[in-house]
Amino acid sequence: MSTSTVGAVHPQSNAPASASVTPEPLDPDTQTWLDDLRSDGMARDAAIARLHALLLRAARFEVGRRRATLPHLRGNELDDIAMEAADDALMSVLRRLDDFRGRSRFTTWVYKFALLEAAVKLRKRSWQGREIPPEPETWNLFADARLGPQAEVELGELLRGVQNAIAVELTPHQRTVLVSLAIDGVPIDVLADRLGSTRGALYKTLHDARRKLRASLTEHGLGLELERRLEES
Amino acid sequence: MERRDPRTLLHGLLGPAAPEVSCDTCFEELDRYVDLELAGEDADAAIPGVRAHLEGCPACREEHESLLVLAAERP
Repeated sequence: MSTSTVGAVHPQSNAPASASVTPEPLDPDTQTWLDDLRSDGMARDAAIARLHALLLRAARFEVGRRRATLPHLRGNELDDIAMEAADDALMSVLRRLDDFRGRSRFTTWVYKFALLEAAVKLRKRSWQGREIPPEPETWNLFADARLGPQAEVELGELLRGVQNAIAVELTPHQRTVLVSLAIDGVPIDVLADRLGSTRGALYKTLHDARRKLRASLTEHGLGLELERRLEES
Repeated sequence: MERRDPRTLLHGLLGPAAPEVSCDTCFEELDRYVDLELAGEDADAAIPGVRAHLEGCPACREEHESLLVLAAERP
């Protein structure tokens, strides 16, 4: 994945590595991992086997966390998903080994690849065979919100402002992405798959849509109300 | 459809107020961010924009939660 930002934040650490950058001092465990994985023959094979076991542990952890959301899957199917995630993560880690700068522990770095692979596969599996809700012709956020009389007083104006901005300010694509992700609860990886897009591209669309909604609220004098009702909660 | 808390709904629609990094940058930084958190350091100050992104992106947030638990255990 390339590094980029959607807002105005540019972490210093995103600067591309170059020969002039002083490498981070590595902890002994990390150094051992890198030495073994960069060696030849049996030592490397053994290191790859240990790495795969570590990735499988992470993938099984993620499967365990999400087991309740996949009641229709049997244990062996879930373990197959974990194994597939570990295999894919192993490929990613080996491909990107030279990108590792030692800014975290090696184990933390590799875990994230296995967690990502497992999470994406499980999200897609949980939506397998399910249609993404079609876009309605009119928006009614009040139907989605559990509004008591007090909330109606406090938040009704904001909800009306957001509803209006969704209808007026957004492009059809922004509206589809925002509504699918933020109202219908479609996982971003599932939507990316269905739309032939990527998580990064869809999040950028979501981010731009959110900026438009916030700008519209400010334009209609609801910026302070938003700050008071939401940002402080 | 299940009716939701209006504040949660508005948070999901409007996202974080603070500037945030992208999903790709969040993934790049997530291991360092988690190790800083586990070391008790100020991860938010060290890597600005990740916390806001985790507030706005449920998928990255879930992966952060898992990594935080897993990395806290010794392999």
